[in-house]
Order: sequence, then structure tokens, then C-alpha cells
Amino acid sequence: MAQKNLLGKIIEKTAESLLTVSGALTTIAILFITIFLFKEGFGLFKTPAIEDGYGLYVNPENPVNQLYPLDVKNMYDEEIINWKEVGGTDWEIMVFRIDDVFDYYSDEDLGENYSLLPEKLGHIISDHKNIIAYVPEEFAPSAAQGAKEVKVLNTTVSDFFLGKEWLPTATPSPLFGSLPLILGTLLVSLIAIVLALPLGLGVAVYLSELADERMRKFLKPVIELLAGIPSVVYGFFGLVVVAPLVQKAFNLPVGETAFTGGLILAIMALPTIISVAEDAISNTPRAMREASLALGATQWQTIRKVVIPYAGSGISAAAVLGIGRAVGETMAVLMITGNAAVIPTSIFEPVRTIPATIAAELGEAPSGGQHYQALFLLGCILFLISMMISVVSEMVSKKKNYKSV
Amino acid sequence: MNQKIKQKTVFFLFRLFSFFIVGILVSILGFIVINGIRVISWDFLTKSPTDGMTAGGIFPAIVGTFYLVIGSLIFAVPLGVMSAIYTTEYAGNGYIVRFIRLMTNNLASVPSIVFGLFGMALFVNNLGFGDSILAGSLTLGLLTLPLIIRTSEEALKAVPDAYRSGSLALGASKLQTIRKVVLPSALSNILTGVILSIGRVSGETAPILFTVAAYFLPNLPQSIFDQAMALPYHLYVLATSGTDLEASRPMAYGTALVLIVIVLVFNLSATLLRQGLNKKFKQN
Amino acid sequence: MIKVKDINFYYGDFHALKDISIKIKPNTVTAFIGPSGCGKSTFLRLFNRMNDLIADTRLEGECLIDGKDIYGKSVDVDKLRKNVGMVFQKPNPFPKSIFENVAYGLRVNGMNDKKKIAQRVENSLISAALWDEVRDKLNKSAFELSGGQQQRLCIARALAVNPKILLMDEPASALDPISTSKIEELIHQLKEDYTIVIVTHNMQQAARVSDKTGFFMLGELIEYSDTKKMFLKPDKETTQNYITGRFG
Repeated sequence: MAQKNLLGKIIEKTAESLLTVSGALTTIAILFITIFLFKEGFGLFKTPAIEDGYGLYVNPENPVNQLYPLDVKNMYDEEIINWKEVGGTDWEIMVFRIDDVFDYYSDEDLGENYSLLPEKLGHIISDHKNIIAYVPEEFAPSAAQGAKEVKVLNTTVSDFFLGKEWLPTATPSPLFGSLPLILGTLLVSLIAIVLALPLGLGVAVYLSELADERMRKFLKPVIELLAGIPSVVYGFFGLVVVAPLVQKAFNLPVGETAFTGGLILAIMALPTIISVAEDAISNTPRAMREASLALGATQWQTIRKVVIPYAGSGISAAAVLGIGRAVGETMAVLMITGNAAVIPTSIFEPVRTIPATIAAELGEAPSGGQHYQALFLLGCILFLISMMISVVSEMVSKKKNYKSV
Repeated sequence: MNQKIKQKTVFFLFRLFSFFIVGILVSILGFIVINGIRVISWDFLTKSPTDGMTAGGIFPAIVGTFYLVIGSLIFAVPLGVMSAIYTTEYAGNGYIVRFIRLMTNNLASVPSIVFGLFGMALFVNNLGFGDSILAGSLTLGLLTLPLIIRTSEEALKAVPDAYRSGSLALGASKLQTIRKVVLPSALSNILTGVILSIGRVSGETAPILFTVAAYFLPNLPQSIFDQAMALPYHLYVLATSGTDLEASRPMAYGTALVLIVIVLVFNLSATLLRQGLNKKFKQN
Repeated sequence: MIKVKDINFYYGDFHALKDISIKIKPNTVTAFIGPSGCGKSTFLRLFNRMNDLIADTRLEGECLIDGKDIYGKSVDVDKLRKNVGMVFQKPNPFPKSIFENVAYGLRVNGMNDKKKIAQRVENSLISAALWDEVRDKLNKSAFELSGGQQQRLCIARALAVNPKILLMDEPASALDPISTSKIEELIHQLKEDYTIVIVTHNMQQAARVSDKTGFFMLGELIEYSDTKKMFLKPDKETTQNYITGRFG
């Protein structure tokens, strides 16, 4: 019989508290992930949308004091050419970048270590009342030297969620419009679900209603194998086999398109859809099936009118989980949907999804900078979507529909 | 008659779908095996890549994957099993348990890239581990935690209550019962879950992109603070970047083959183990 | 009307029914009694070929309904099941409304006319002695009915497709005594329009309800005769022993 001494009791108590803490582990993890993602991501909205360490300067006579990031980009792209379009006077805009200083001064004029640079810049700016100069802050001319800083406004929430251009590395103002990425994600996932759901349901019905033992024993491992193939391998297969096929079949300039991505995602989502749906369908009570058959219904009528409605909640859960799988998929999509972060106009064009964007750009984004923060915001969106899907699928599978069906 | 025809068509279609799925699997596996098998050699498995990834082997990537898998298990298994023990043996059935289960499900549906993002923010930057095996293992461990928890919970629940009652009735404490009766009984099923997660972790790319993976390292990692190469990342890099994609292609096939073999071997072992265990219980 | 000759039925290697021959006249109520596992349900399910759903079974012998072999090659099984209806031991309504449950068989067999369907549903519910209780709540879920009502709903559902024969597999065994007596009353009424074959483990019920009774044991039809005779003066000793409760 075990001896219960004081030390033993202490050990037990410690062990039990340890167990209790580890129970909270997943909750803590979710909490931490939420905090980190949101803290970093929302920092984007607090920063002026101009490359870190740079500023915009204009002539003191220029009435404009602040600019929207989109306007800055358009000005430097020469799509906006007059100051009156951004709330100023009717002057033609003169665009100036720091390198342009060499059009006016030689290297010696700027002094050792560019010490005279701010002063010279100040001259240039005072000389041209319609100028806008994009200059590193360390060389920025002061007000005394004849320049006025123009504040670039922060990226706003609507800029981020509704902006149509994703140009995180544009200078002077990066644009973080995530609409192309959101639409890209939706498009690819939609294609995937439209392909995978009927296919998956059909296979689920086949497995649970039509296949004999031998077939079932053969098919189930096949589906498990498909589920186990790593995402990067799917991407590789898609890149080397499917994309060229799609290109040839539809006569496209490139095979890396939303459609190709949707195709591969559909295959990846299939095992989830099939196993959840098959589970739901085979759990339909035998008595209900027999009642239908005894009334003279064919097997298909029974499946269509009794079994599938009964398994409805399970099938919806399968669909939701399949969508979740498709939306969160990174590597395969990164490798095969091309890399165009633009709003898609057809399914046969390259797109970019949210996970692919994060994966592709995080390596280049300087830590703590706006691009970095924007990517974290994208991560927030992804995280929220996956939480919603998890909750919705739980709710949907718990709903038992006894009502008229 | 109409109904019969409808049924025949529909059932034929469903049968077709199923064969289509088999066809897909066969094409993917076939594609990799056929193209990859000629690249596999002893050298391929034991040497480093050379000539800008167009020749040589993938040994460092294999080693890196090995370290990462072990690392992730070190974090996920003890913590995951303990968490499962808490929820099945101690927590009862109130809304605390339901909440924990909800959180575990939520964690399970987080996309792998978000884990990568979080891992980078917390382990690489905030805690200062830098791109390292440590950061990568922690991130992968977090990713695989829900899987371990879920399979361990099932394993623990499968242990008959009769065992627990028998032990407690003899005067053993709850902890002793768990340690000496419940855990040993659930061990093989827990093991199945662990094997499954090995298969999963070996193939994950997104979580390691920014936490540990390196394109090329001249030497093998010496400590947990070093970077490492890894098979899935290696495949990604061979397929999409690098100086000469055409020439690297054979290496890519070989890498894909090795990766698939590892993943499938572990998944298969887990399935067989589970089936074997079920048979044993049925006979009892 | 139902003529069965030298029936032998196997589940795999298990010889479940042995050399059974029986004739059932139209518009009668026939009861099958016997201890559990004796094959009476299996035998009942031959008549609407529900045993076809079980794998690895074999049938030898003849089974004729109105002179036609129902196991013949050209037989349309679905049509057979329309003509030979079945009510199961546990009520098994569909997760649909009361109306839709009864209408199901009609829709599945191609009826589209809303008025016709409504009329048939009403008639069936009347025949099943359920109409008065549900006429105001036809759109409610079938699961809101009590067990006895659900069983009567299942009977109405089976009647809606106008079968000639109604098979009932222990229809009251899951019900309370009051519902049971209601069902037995119903059987009396239905006899005028249908041929009823009922399996029951309740001898008293068989005695109350049927015209003829067949006693099964271990897969054999031991005795088949008029119910009154069977219960007062059976031919075989085994029958006598069963009826007097010598074995269960």
C-alpha cells in the first residue's frame, strides 16, 4: 500500500496544478496569438503612410498641409499632375526625389558627408513653389532653410480593407489596399468549393451507400493518403503538371491562374469533405432508410429525400470545414496562382491570396515597419476567418434538424 | 422506369467520382515516384547540395527535418498529454471543459502561415531566439499541439472506467491511478497520435519559413540556436527559386520523393497501429 | 393470394427457414407467433423482399403473390413494395411534417397533383384512425406525436400508397397498452380492405386479432390453422407446450 507522507502529498499537489495549467494551454496560445497579431497589425493605422525615415517637403507658400497616401502615390506616378487636384492652388506638380539633387548640384557642392545637403535642398524647394520633395529625414531641410513638411496621413481602416491597390514597396507612399488579396482568396476558395463539394458528396454517398466492403477498404486509405500529402508537394505537382495543362487547354499566356489554384485546392479539401460527410451519412438510422424503401422508393430516392436531409447538418459541417481548409492554404497556392496582387477580372488570371501574400512578402518586410504591420493585419484577417469557421462548423454540426425537411 | 434510369446515372456518376479520386492520387504519387526514383542514391541521401542546388544531395535538409520533428515533439507531447489528462481526468463536464475544447478546436483550425507569423513575432523577434531550430520547433510544436491533445484525449477516454475504479478502490490516489493504470493503458493510442503528428510536422512549410528555414547552409546545425535546412522548404526553394530551375528539377523530384516517403510511412504506421490495436481490443 | 411453397432461407451458412409452405387468403389477418429468433420476422420480410438488403442471403423455393413469383427475374422490386406495405416494430417517421410523412410514398411513386395528394393523405390518416388527432397540425413535425400516434402515422404512411397486403412486424411491441389496443382495433377495421400479416411475440394479441395463426419454431412452421382452433385445441404437442407457456 502506498505510503502517503508529506513530501508525497506536496508532489501530488504540484503535479495536479501542473496538469491544470496545461489544460489552459490552448486557451493561452489562442490568447497570445490574438494579442500578438492584433497589436502588431493595428500599429499600421498609427503610422503615416510614407516609407519609414522619409518625409515629404514643399514650398512654404504651398497651402497643402497633408496628403492622402493614395494621392502621394498618384502624384509620383504622374496620374495627378496639378496641385488643385489635392486641395492646393492651380499649379503643375513638380515631383522631386532625393536623387534628383544631382541635377542641380555636384558632389562637391554638397560638402563632406553631405553636410550641406539640407541647405541645398532648402534652396531647391524655395526656388520652386510647385515642388514636392521626397527626402530622407536626416537630410531634410528645416523651416528656416525654406521648406515645409507635408504630413502624410495614416493608412486608414477603409484604406486597408477597401483599397484596390496592394503596393507595399511603393515609394514614397506604400499602399496597403487588401481588396485584391481578399478577392483573390475568395475567388480561389470559391472555385475550390464549387469543384470539391459535389465531387466530395458523391464520393461520400458512394462510400457509405454503394461501395462493398472491399471497395471501402480500398478507398478509405486512398483518401487518407491524399489527406497526408504535404501542401508543398501539391504545389510542386500543380506547378509542374497542372499549370502547363491548364495553359494548353485554355490557351492562356500562363498556366498559373486562380483556376489552377482552385483546382489543386479542391483536391486538398476533398479528404476533409469526404470523411465528414461520409460520417454523417452513415449515421442515418437504418430504420429510416428501411421505411423509405418499404414504401417503394428507389435507393437513390431514399438517399436524396431522407438520408441527405437527415445528414444535412453533418454535410454542412463538411462544407464549412472544406472552405476553411481552402482559405487557409498557403504553399500550394503560393506556388501555382501566379503572383499578381491585383483584382482578378477572370478566373484565368494570376491572383494572390492572403496566406500567399504573407508567405511571399514577410521575408522582405523590415521588422516593425509598415509592410510588416500590414502583413500582420492580413494575418489577423486570416485568424478571424479561421476562428469563425471553427465556431460555425461546431454550431452547424450540433444542430439537429427535427423540423420539416 | 424513370426513377431507375435516374438512379443508374447518378450511381454511375458517383462511382466515376470515386475512381477519379483514385486516379488523382495515382497521378500525384506516380509523378513523384517515377521522376524522383532515378535521382535517389546513397549520395543523394547523404551529401550536401552542390553546384547551386543542381547536384549533390539533400542530407542537411533531412537532418534539419529530423531535428525539427524531434524538437516539436519535445514541446508538444508532454504538454499535450498533460493537457489531455487534465480535461479527461480532472475537469468534469462543465463549461470550463467545453470552453477548453472549443479553444483547442480553434487552435486546430488556425492556418499554418498564421502559426509562422506568430512564431516569428514571439520566438524569433520578441524572445530573441532568432531564426533557429528552437524557434522552429516551438512553432511546429504549437501547430501540432491540438492534434496530440485530441488523440490523447481519445486514448484516455478509451480506457475503461472499471480500471480506474479498481485502482481507487485499492486506496491508490488519483494521480497514482493515472500514472500506473490509465496512462499505460492509453499509451499505444497516444503513440499513434504522436506518429501521426510526425507525419504532419515533416511536411509543413509555412511555419518554418520565417522561423528556422535556410536556403543553404554549408554546415550542419550545431546548436538549437542555429538555422537549419528542411525538406519541405528545400522542395519549395528548388521548385520556385534558385539560379537554374530546369537543372534543379531532378533534385526537386528527389526531395519530393523523400518527403512523401517519410510522410506516408509515418501516416501508414499510425493507421496500421490503430487498426492493430482495435483488433486486439475486439478479441478481448 | 399469398402462396408459399417449400421455402428455405439461409443467412450465409445458417439455415434460417426450413421447408415452409403456407397459403394466405385475401382480406384475412394472419398472425405468426413463436419464440424469439424462430424466423418469423425473416419470413415476413420475404414478402416485400426486404431481406434483399442483407448481404450473403439465399432463398430456395417459391413465393407467389396473386400467382406471380415475386422473386422472378423481371420483377420490379420497388413496385412490389408499393403493393406490399410494411409497418416496423419501432415507429420510424421521417424527420418531416406529419403531412409530408404520409405524402412521401405518393411523391416517390410519381404523384404530383397537389389536390390528389392532399385527399389521399386525409384518407390514409382517417383509415389509420389518426385524422381527428392531427387534422389541425399537419405541418408540425412528426416527432411531436406520441409513440402510439407515430406508429399510427407509419401505418397511414404505408396505407397511402394503396397496398394490397400490409405486413406488420411486431407493430405494438414498443407501445403502451392503450396505444396497443388502439392499433389492434385498427387492424380489425383494416381487414375489410387489406390482407394483413402480423408478426407478434404476444400470444394474446394474436388470439385477439387474427383469423389464422402460424406457429414458428427454429425456422420451421410447426402448425398453421384457424386461430380459434390453434389456441383451444392445437394439433401438435409443441404448439400446445408453447401456448400454455411451457417454454417461452
